[in-house]
Amino acid sequence: MAQTITQKIFAKAANRKFVDPGQSVWLNVDVLLTHDVCGPPTFDIFKQEFGPDAKVWDPEKVVVLPDHYIFTANEHAHRNIDLLRKFAAEQHLPNYYDVGTDRYRGVCHVALAEEGFNLPGTVLFGTDSHTCTSGAFGMFGSGIGNTDAAFILGTGKLWEKVPDSMKFTFEGQMPEYLTAKDLILQILGDIGTDGATYRAMEFDGEAVYSLPIDERMTLCNMAIEAGGMNGIIAADAVTEAFVKARTSKPYEIFQSDPDAQYHSMYRYNVEKLEPVVAQPHSPDNRATVRSVAGTPITKSYIGSCTGGKITDFRLAAKILKGKKVAVTTNIVPATVLVASQLENEMYDGQTLRHIFEEAGCNIALPSCAACLGGPSDTVGRSVDNDVVVSTTNRNFPGRMGSKMAGVYLASPLTAAASAVTGKLTDPRDFL
Amino acid sequence: MDTIIQGKAYVLGKNIDTDQIIPAEHLVYSLSDPEEVKLYGKYALSGVPLEQAGLPEGKIPFVEEGQFTSPYSFIIGGPNFGCGSSREHAPFALKVAGAKAIIAESYARIFYRNCVDGGFVIPYETTQQLNKTVMTGDELSLDMEKNTLTNLTQNITYELRPLGDVVNIVQAGGIFEYARKNDLMASSSEA
Repeated sequence: MAQTITQKIFAKAANRKFVDPGQSVWLNVDVLLTHDVCGPPTFDIFKQEFGPDAKVWDPEKVVVLPDHYIFTANEHAHRNIDLLRKFAAEQHLPNYYDVGTDRYRGVCHVALAEEGFNLPGTVLFGTDSHTCTSGAFGMFGSGIGNTDAAFILGTGKLWEKVPDSMKFTFEGQMPEYLTAKDLILQILGDIGTDGATYRAMEFDGEAVYSLPIDERMTLCNMAIEAGGMNGIIAADAVTEAFVKARTSKPYEIFQSDPDAQYHSMYRYNVEKLEPVVAQPHSPDNRATVRSVAGTPITKSYIGSCTGGKITDFRLAAKILKGKKVAVTTNIVPATVLVASQLENEMYDGQTLRHIFEEAGCNIALPSCAACLGGPSDTVGRSVDNDVVVSTTNRNFPGRMGSKMAGVYLASPLTAAASAVTGKLTDPRDFL
Repeated sequence: MDTIIQGKAYVLGKNIDTDQIIPAEHLVYSLSDPEEVKLYGKYALSGVPLEQAGLPEGKIPFVEEGQFTSPYSFIIGGPNFGCGSSREHAPFALKVAGAKAIIAESYARIFYRNCVDGGFVIPYETTQQLNKTVMTGDELSLDMEKNTLTNLTQNITYELRPLGDVVNIVQAGGIFEYARKNDLMASSSEA
């Protein structure tokens, strides 16, 4: 019986030969991810339900990456870190990446990839909606709440309905002015913020497979912005090279059968697409950058799990080299590794960090920072009626701090070009 | 659990995301310390832009300044209620504020799961655009056996979609209570 890649992973995790969309199954979980916002309440529920001396089902499979509210004076935020520390020590969790130590990594979705936790064919649940990012590795990744995470901590299992799949094929050669962010914003404009609710979003096509792994992560990251349960890209040689450089754990590669059933299929030719933004206040409020060019902005923000990876900064550096920014521009590397790559990678005779500093950008410490607002002292947080062009993934009212502010979601090329002019600017004007 | 719930309606628009339900700056409070838990009630729905808060007129806070609970038991929403982040603090905050049920055209998956599995608020779906007819402050009565919602102020009864498979988890009060009742905590191979 023909199945999609997501069905095949569900079948394997549920010990079945095949599963049908709509069917509820119990999945064996390979990795549970949590962070500083949702870890403490998850651990509370775990102890309340399984007993004060209960042990997690498998300490090797629990990954705890503090990243959301790290660099703040907020005492409640600090308490959350203390609670993570205490639980990790009690449970002897080997995969706890404590802030303030050399184990600290940064944004969880990017760190999972760097540390070799993303393995084709496996099942990852995380207490963060953007856990779907890991689907870029041909695996199932999805976000859950504290109660479901506590259930996994105790049992290693969770029930899910097998999703229908939607297929998005991008044909053609990626033009230099387009990025994965433009592709996913294109889809969001077409299907809406609930266009994929309870479904898998499968990405395919020559253009997708020409993308480096961190760009593929951006595509899958924003599946949740269409309501998707997961985003997924079948593993290829690029995926395998990335994974094998980081772990020797076994994995299994699944492909969708050619005659698998899809809820719907979309085809795009990337050579006909343009740079786009999502206008305030919804990720599906798409416009071409050309059509809104000239709109004044007050800030530019290049960071987050969607826009703070090394490829994002390589693209931004191409535009910012030798230029000055006209508005406050925050550069927020997702992880410590990305921050060190900014120091070491050269573009046209200068390090990326040097290019950003000369352009007048603020370079922040690696974390989620202002992507989601956070405590009032969070770097880059929007205030009052700010108009921000941002490489983050969500622009509902108040997302970056102020509910009077407006956020335009954009590619790192568009965010960099707009930073230079102080108004929304098509990156083709600089390339 | 009670099969009839009666109370006042608080009406919202489409795409009410979890940042509007409980803004990120408030996610730092404990969900178990009774004094801090009250703050989730205080800030429930505080991220909704003023003109869209309490439709059709707007500018009606869900929780009055200085209060920790809301006078509204029902939240009436449009499509895609609860989209955005996975924070379970969102349905938790609504419960702490005193909300009993949400009636919306559709829900985002994680929020819906959190409402049901955590036993916080009951998420009913409707095929009608109830947020266009119900007005903030209307007195409503929900009958969970008949799956109907009666607007006592306007004297109209609306049909709701039955809760379906999740009704057993809702009635048990959450996934843990349900799992214990059905002997699913130790080993679970079928659902």
